[in-house]
Amino acid sequence: MELRKNKRKDSLYTVIALIAMFAVLLVMELTMKSTSILFTVLKKGVIYALVAVSMNLLNGFTGLFSLGQAGFMLIGAYTYAILSMPVSVKLSESVYKYYDCAIGFDLGILPSLLLAGIIAAIFAALIGLPVLRLKSDYLAIATLGFAEILRAFFQWDAMGPVTNGANVLRQYRDLTKVTIPFTDIPFPPTLFCFLVSGICIAIIVLLINSSYGRAFKAIRDDEIAAEAMGINLFKHKELSFVISSFFAGISGAMLAMFQYTVQAAQFKTAMTYEILLIVVIGGIGSITGSCIASFLFIACNEWWLRFLDESSNNILGLNILRSGFRKVVFSIIIMIIVLFFSKGIMGEREFSWNGIRAFLHDPFGLKAKRLKKEAKAGEVNGK
Amino acid sequence: MSFLQNSLPYILAGISVGGQYALIAIGYTMVYGILRLINFAHGDVFMAAGMFMVFLSASLPLGISIPLVLLITVVLGFIIERVAYKPLRSAPRMSVMISAIGVSYLLQNCALYFTGGLAKVYPQLPWLSDTVSIFSAVTKRVTLITPILTLVLVIGLSMFIKHTKVGMAMRAVSKDFETARLMGIKVNSVISTTFVIGSLLAAVGSLLYFTNYASVTPTSGGMPGLKCFVAAVFGGIGSIPGAVIGAFIIGIAENIIKGLGWTTFSDAFTFALLIVILLVKPTGLFGEKATDKV
Repeated sequence: MELRKNKRKDSLYTVIALIAMFAVLLVMELTMKSTSILFTVLKKGVIYALVAVSMNLLNGFTGLFSLGQAGFMLIGAYTYAILSMPVSVKLSESVYKYYDCAIGFDLGILPSLLLAGIIAAIFAALIGLPVLRLKSDYLAIATLGFAEILRAFFQWDAMGPVTNGANVLRQYRDLTKVTIPFTDIPFPPTLFCFLVSGICIAIIVLLINSSYGRAFKAIRDDEIAAEAMGINLFKHKELSFVISSFFAGISGAMLAMFQYTVQAAQFKTAMTYEILLIVVIGGIGSITGSCIASFLFIACNEWWLRFLDESSNNILGLNILRSGFRKVVFSIIIMIIVLFFSKGIMGEREFSWNGIRAFLHDPFGLKAKRLKKEAKAGEVNGK
Repeated sequence: MSFLQNSLPYILAGISVGGQYALIAIGYTMVYGILRLINFAHGDVFMAAGMFMVFLSASLPLGISIPLVLLITVVLGFIIERVAYKPLRSAPRMSVMISAIGVSYLLQNCALYFTGGLAKVYPQLPWLSDTVSIFSAVTKRVTLITPILTLVLVIGLSMFIKHTKVGMAMRAVSKDFETARLMGIKVNSVISTTFVIGSLLAAVGSLLYFTNYASVTPTSGGMPGLKCFVAAVFGGIGSIPGAVIGAFIIGIAENIIKGLGWTTFSDAFTFALLIVILLVKPTGLFGEKATDKV
């Protein structure tokens, strides 16, 4: 009884915290300059958080080591850009310079976002049929291969009337074009990213806590035992793969909205590696970990370590600091995390109010350590 | 005759690229055979060897810089194994693979820092860079030297693995890690040797490869690296002759596709080939059949 009460109280706290977060965001967006780098980091961070969580669903919760995320983001980004580009732009020379655009209609922002996810999911379903029979490393390299094939396919000349070949897509409905429904008032862009990602991540959390999620975890922990318990391996793997790709597609679409331009050349394997590193830094199998890590990753990469690139910050006449040094320091930090903190920030744990309470009560586990020591000493004395 | 004239350059280029891929693929296949690790950093070691050559040859004569490049690359491979992979020996396999991705990220960023992101012009190696013509097809001499050198090195390596004590230890470790350790084989030094051999061959490969391509960028190791891994899987991972044959097939096929005017798909084809072979014969052409014990 007590436990249930606590649980209800905790979920109330969570809701209040989320509402407070959105309120703070709204106030910040209305009062601060929209060009501030803080908003860039927040927007990109939350977009990466979504794709990291979707990768975590595969790698951390279903135990499928897949490296195809960039490919599905590519599908999402292109689908969104092509569908949401106004017909007038498609007919003009400004984007489709060398081809005649074959798509003769355009859609609003939300339908395009949704379709971006759905088309990524359809591709995933087709790719999953052959690929999910493979295991561990082979699965990783095969999904990586499919991502590369997709990239080549989107850059193919014959696909030009749809994808504009290897050229840039732009002038579609980006973040500045989002409006409050039924009005022309622009919707705060950062808030929009947080809302969409928040809803998607919430859906993934609900899925993980459902019976499907428990089946995924069973497959991760022991495939043979899971199969013996009557879990249809292929069906659940395919389901996890498709859902993960759906959300990767949506996050790709949001990345397109955020960037104003899209080009297939951007979605290389390096992008998948970055997402994988975020997942690892956050902790494989922890949703909150992935979210925290993606904000930290983007903030370090784009903002906090910037000063390392400024040659004016050099001291003692050493010419160490110059363009690119930031990335070197950043990759060394990543190596240190990978080598010495291989569990990541959160390990397999999730954020919980109980955890916060325990932390406030006993920061860094010092008290528990002392108690343990005393108990041990007592034991020795007792003997 | 006109067919020969048109297609011979592509086939020659294919054989040559295949030889270069083979030298890199051996590094992948040996490391995978022993550690069960896809060494994602291997392609970047190959790129780093190219960078060393660019920087060293700027100040030293070729006679000194070439051996020095081989030496530094070997040391780099050795250090990577000791620092990034050895501490994770008892960790889950995924951690090691992620560590490899981290090393690859680090090497690329270091290269980016030292070059400032510009493509570096690879030095012209006398004799190797000279143009020659056979059957009225004009090509660089390196194109003809590569397959020969590759075969010599591969035969040497096979002899080394078959007939020396270290080679026997390698075979034992790749067969069964734990039992080899129980038999008193120094597993760590065997693994180090593997990395040394892999890096040495990658350095030789990079000398040949970049002489053909003439410029090095921080990301120029990525694609060849992945393709060579595909070659290793294609031939059956863990098998050296398999990796060599796989590399030649991929190199030739890729260049024929380029010759047909499908350049966009030359990379994609490699991966399509990989997926087909994984689905039809998951152990590759020469791979041993692995049985999972419950």
